[in-house]
Amino acid sequence: MKKVGALPKLYLALVLLVTYLPIAVVIVFSFNDAKLPVSWTGFSWRWYEALLRDAALMEALRNSLLLGAASSAFAAVIGTLGAIGMARAHYKTKGMMEYLSTLPIMLPEIILGMVFMAFFALLRLPFGWTTLIIAHTSFCIPYVFLMVKARLVGIDKSIEEAARDLGASPARTFFDVTLPLILPAVLSGCILSFAMSFDDVVISIFVSSPTVSTLPIKVYTQMRTGVTPEINALCTLILIAVVLILLVSAALRRKSASDGKQ
Amino acid sequence: MKRGRIWLCAAPLYAFTLVFVLGPALYLVALSFAQNTAGTGFCWAFTLENFARMRDPIYLKCFRESFRLALSTTVLNVLLGYPFGYFMGRLGARGKRLLTFLIMAPFWTSSLIRLYGWIILLQVKGVFNRVLLWLGVVDEPLKILYSYPAVLIGMVYALLPFMILAVYTSVEKLDWTLVEAARDLGASRVKAFCTVTLRLTLPGLMSGVVLTFVPSMGLFFIADILGGNKIVLVGSLIQDQMTRGGNQPFAAALALVLAAMTTLMLWLYRRLTGTSELEGVV
Repeated sequence: MKKVGALPKLYLALVLLVTYLPIAVVIVFSFNDAKLPVSWTGFSWRWYEALLRDAALMEALRNSLLLGAASSAFAAVIGTLGAIGMARAHYKTKGMMEYLSTLPIMLPEIILGMVFMAFFALLRLPFGWTTLIIAHTSFCIPYVFLMVKARLVGIDKSIEEAARDLGASPARTFFDVTLPLILPAVLSGCILSFAMSFDDVVISIFVSSPTVSTLPIKVYTQMRTGVTPEINALCTLILIAVVLILLVSAALRRKSASDGKQ
Repeated sequence: MKRGRIWLCAAPLYAFTLVFVLGPALYLVALSFAQNTAGTGFCWAFTLENFARMRDPIYLKCFRESFRLALSTTVLNVLLGYPFGYFMGRLGARGKRLLTFLIMAPFWTSSLIRLYGWIILLQVKGVFNRVLLWLGVVDEPLKILYSYPAVLIGMVYALLPFMILAVYTSVEKLDWTLVEAARDLGASRVKAFCTVTLRLTLPGLMSGVVLTFVPSMGLFFIADILGGNKIVLVGSLIQDQMTRGGNQPFAAALALVLAAMTTLMLWLYRRLTGTSELEGVV
């Protein structure tokens, strides 16, 4: 019954081919000698060399990495604690609060960006790192919150209660029992948050300053004026890094799964 | 059993949400009723002028175009994504893992760069036209880039993974014995699919619809980059009013209407499927 025929398989392959086509072109043209991505003029490393010398682009990359790390770290703490608190205690405002805290990923990004720009101006916050981190944290929290919440549903509460009955302090119970159980969810939430932050352009455009720019903003500006193949080179490198990270984490997961069985 | 001070755990989330989600939301509403003044400023005098201004045919056209684009994107995504998610859910464990990886991996590359890849492919002297010319399908290169079809390709491309994963999640959970039972009871393949499979995977499909429709109302940069400023969407209009236009109250009113339209979609989704969780979001 559960067999997939040749034609459906062909369809799956075709869609995947189209998915990877634009990425493949970017990679291929990062090794092209010519500046315009029109015809192949010969293999060259020159855009990779140019990339390393491009201080502005490297700074944007550093900013994006830092921003992603900071926002997903804040989101991990706030989102995880929030999910635990809401699952274990009862508030009258719970439903409303859940709705509000996940709102940032339920609305089109443009609204969030526009609102933050107006609101930060009202608060007279200096545009730059502060505003970027607050805005990114706000749309990272829902990913962590929802993942941890889903995980908490599946956890047997009596394990925590047993730890408490055996004399563990609330803090000890949290670090020795609850946290290890929900850690996979926290980590996946963090990873997803980081990816979303690292790729965000719409919200960042509204809350960044001319002096603090992120990689997507740099790429976006270049796309409207003219892209240099350095960007192709940078994206190829990022892609390689990502594939490596994903492969390593998949291997680790398989290892821990097989360890767990023994 | 002692609950202790566990409620304190949620305090940071409460504080952050109240200050940085509820605060801005209330400010947005207030701002949309404020009066725009010359230059970039505004004053707190109650007015409905910002909403009345939207009746201008130019702005109505923006809303219409945005809606049309979002709708076409969603329909194409359903047609392309549902079969993909369906067949993916029927693969073996290894196939599922591989395809999930292959669908997720591009998320990690910059979405802008993937759009740039489309520019390289679609431009007049690009790869796509060269292949067409070589095959003899066309006599002169097609001008796809900076047109409506290019924007549509970009939108569908950017949002298809969300649809696929949403459908896949619900096909994965599907109890195939129910389909078999229908077949045993004499239902044709088509009938079994329509009455059992489609019905049971409807939450996933609807979730995919929301996940593609909602963002596509606001993804103005794809239209900007691939449409070459020919297609002005509500998103670009909001951005323009915030920055160059310097009319914050009007931008707020536009955003509020867009938010209301989105909320309506989400509400309809909840009513139709009876759940509040979006499948495949996390």
